Amino acid sequence: MAKATWKVKTGLAQMLKGGVIMDVVTAEQAKIAEDAGACAVMALERVPSDIRADGGVARMSDPTKIIEIQQAVTIPVMAKCRIGHFVEAQILEALGVDYIDESEVLTPADEEHHVWKHDFNVPFVCGCRNLGEALRRISEGAAMIRTKGEAGTGDVVEAVRHNRTVLGQIRKIQNMSSDELATEAKNLGAPLDLVQSVKELGRLPVVNFSAGGVATPADAALMMHLGSDGVFVGSGIFKAQNPSAMAKAIVKAVLQYKNPKIVADVSKGLGPAMSGISTRELPDNELLATRGW
Amino acid sequence: MIIGVMAVQGDFSEHLAILKTLNVQTREVRLPKDLEDVDGLIIPGGESTTFRKLFDIYELTDPIKRYAQSGRPIWGTCAGMIMMAQTLTDDRPEPLNLMNITVKRNAYGRQLDSFEANIPVSVIEGNPIHAIFIRAPSFTYIGENVEVIAKLNDGTPVAVKQDNMLATAFHPELTNDVRFHKFFISLIK
Repeated sequence: MAKATWKVKTGLAQMLKGGVIMDVVTAEQAKIAEDAGACAVMALERVPSDIRADGGVARMSDPTKIIEIQQAVTIPVMAKCRIGHFVEAQILEALGVDYIDESEVLTPADEEHHVWKHDFNVPFVCGCRNLGEALRRISEGAAMIRTKGEAGTGDVVEAVRHNRTVLGQIRKIQNMSSDELATEAKNLGAPLDLVQSVKELGRLPVVNFSAGGVATPADAALMMHLGSDGVFVGSGIFKAQNPSAMAKAIVKAVLQYKNPKIVADVSKGLGPAMSGISTRELPDNELLATRGW
Repeated sequence: MIIGVMAVQGDFSEHLAILKTLNVQTREVRLPKDLEDVDGLIIPGGESTTFRKLFDIYELTDPIKRYAQSGRPIWGTCAGMIMMAQTLTDDRPEPLNLMNITVKRNAYGRQLDSFEANIPVSVIEGNPIHAIFIRAPSFTYIGENVEVIAKLNDGTPVAVKQDNMLATAFHPELTNDVRFHKFFISLIK
């Protein structure tokens, strides 16, 4: 019997596919998410839009909050650590979280190194803006990828950009010969064996969700059409006027994304989505997606 | 012959991929009409609480029960096995009450306790099956009319069969071994 194998780590992400992972800050919110049909929750101290508004250093949640959330729900509980902060990751592993998100939403602890995730028994999910970044994280041990988008904005444009970038780069690789792949690996800054496996599979070798800016059922369905395996929704739910209704509607839209009549139906009468910020109006130093390499 | 895979959430595409390598016609089941003419049905791995909510929202619960009552084969893997149960040790979600079994969710613990093991399966010839258990459920009661077809080394039952119904705590769809899917197809008349 073998635990913490690559298959077991990537396998949990496979079970989450077609689902919605919701950011929650309290046990009460976690229950609302579970009742709405979330396939997992992400425990964090503040939702990204509050992190933006409050400024300061954003860190891992208080373990007490994480334990309360673990006790409140039976779905998997994920939690965020800062980029490169392997001690926060060790704490989250000791708490028995089901997945760790080494996340650009928190203030990075290390601007040069990400956590060496192979050292851990708990699986990791990491963000990416393009294929090279995704494959670098996988080579460090990430068992699941999410495109970064721009968290806490409610503006889906960066999520779309990052997702289309990854997909476009995968399509390009599929037409390359072996010698071209070696050059492409160099250009992407990614290990050749992973680039070869992307060509063979026609997709990333791990599950890939979308994140960062999804605020409505239509946004979620859009990301599914663009080839995402599922979506993370952060501020979009608990900053909406009616979080429970918004959460349920996004879950339904992810399932029935191919059926516009159903997506239309679930979009009715939800009240205002989060107000949001246009990503174009953000100064460079307020962009979260550029954290990490 | 058409095999349907419940496609509300979870690893349905892994099941579909294996069925395609066996040259079987497949269908993603998201709405009740998708169930009408299927000859076999798989409930995949995923989140059982999510499954049950979406089954209710899209009015799939009764059609799945009617499908099972028709005697056509049905197989649940992991979260699917939870759905197959008569009762759970948890107060949620409400299972579909298809097989005479009681199931405990997350029986081995959290993700850190997920594991892989090689286990012999009585209905499958040849080498043991490589079984992957992810936040897996276990049986706390197995009725007299239910046959145990696989156990861990310590004797814990991990797969059962009752007439044309199968429940496995592990995920044959996460491996390249097609024998379990072949066995399921062999149940279809």
